[in-house]
Amino acid sequence: MFSLNDLVQPEELETAYQILTDKRNNTILGGCAFLKMGSKRIGTAVDLSNLKLSYINETDGYIEIGSMTSLRELETHPLLKESFNGVLPKSVRNIIGVQFRNCVTVGASVYAKYGFSDLITALLVLDTEVELFKGGRMPLVDFLKRPKGKDILVKLWIKLDNCIATYLNLKNSASDYSVLNVAVSKLDERWTIVVGARPRRAAIATNASAALAKGTQSAAEIEDAAQKTAEELSFGTNMRGTAVYRKALCKVLVKRAIMEVLRCKSH
Amino acid sequence: MQITLTLNDKLVTWDVDKDEFLADTLRSHGLLSVKKACETSCCGLCTVWLEGKSILSCTVLSVRVHGKKITTIEGVSREAEEFARVLTAEGSEQCGFCSPGFIMNVLAMKNELINPSEEEIIHYLTGNLCRCTGYMGQLRAVKTYLGVAQV
Repeated sequence: MFSLNDLVQPEELETAYQILTDKRNNTILGGCAFLKMGSKRIGTAVDLSNLKLSYINETDGYIEIGSMTSLRELETHPLLKESFNGVLPKSVRNIIGVQFRNCVTVGASVYAKYGFSDLITALLVLDTEVELFKGGRMPLVDFLKRPKGKDILVKLWIKLDNCIATYLNLKNSASDYSVLNVAVSKLDERWTIVVGARPRRAAIATNASAALAKGTQSAAEIEDAAQKTAEELSFGTNMRGTAVYRKALCKVLVKRAIMEVLRCKSH
Repeated sequence: MQITLTLNDKLVTWDVDKDEFLADTLRSHGLLSVKKACETSCCGLCTVWLEGKSILSCTVLSVRVHGKKITTIEGVSREAEEFARVLTAEGSEQCGFCSPGFIMNVLAMKNELINPSEEEIIHYLTGNLCRCTGYMGQLRAVKTYLGVAQV
């Protein structure tokens, strides 16, 4: 269990940022579900609940998702169910239970860059940007590569395009973390293949995605893209599965996901 | 730190520690229907409603419910009793330790979903673990209670 010396609930982002950066052990609170399983000693906990950051809006061709939006809101929002083949709701709908998803936040899942994250994998196949209070707006893929620093994730921007996407994962039991998760998307002629819970954080299989886009997505080419993905990305071992198992699983899930996207396209 | 909340339709003001979780606060004020078990936010035994939505009270800091509406099973006793009778009739209540959290989530589902299918019921209740009765009896009871056709 974590401990904290103080807790503040600022009304302004600037104040929240100021307090966050005052001391090294000051920390932003998300849904607290993961935080409570550790033993972090927090100086001042910064609770963003009063900053009105819980929303999902459509604005000027983008979907904006506030960082304090719960995963349950993400799962049930009509706009997200209709967009991108419902890939975002699909990616979070089996995380523990409804009560859990009502507690945990989009911001914590993304900002913490958890390797096991199902959401990051799905977001990466879309044209997603993050907006940080100090760091500004940048593509999610660039944000994930940045070293961890102190900032506040304000919102996500997802371009509302005609991207067709799907998400698949494998779990040892229904409410466990994914052994591996995969998302695949297609926008016009561009394909994006992402694999997460490797158990490292999600990454785009750039070469495999490009190779798939070049061809006609025949059965052999799909097989080849799945094989290339497994070779291009690295996999690790933990209590849920070995690197060898994950690599084998990757080929199967990527192949299935590509075929699923192709089926969506034909409809 | 002092918080004021509406608990089961009554305004209460309590002193809480800044790192105190809602389940502990509720239990310390005699609401012992709120159970604690897994400590990893996955069993659903501590389920209460925050503004009408099911949440895990073991995971929500008490300071975060200041000014909010919290409902425990004591606040919906009539509906809870009604469903508990069905649960018992279906032989799906053994030790009863998980029942308060389970009932709270079933009632939340009843309020949220219209005519849920069996798949939707199972999906909604995935976050409520039971280690003695098993889930088939519970599913029968929920379907009977909601008037969903038994297959």
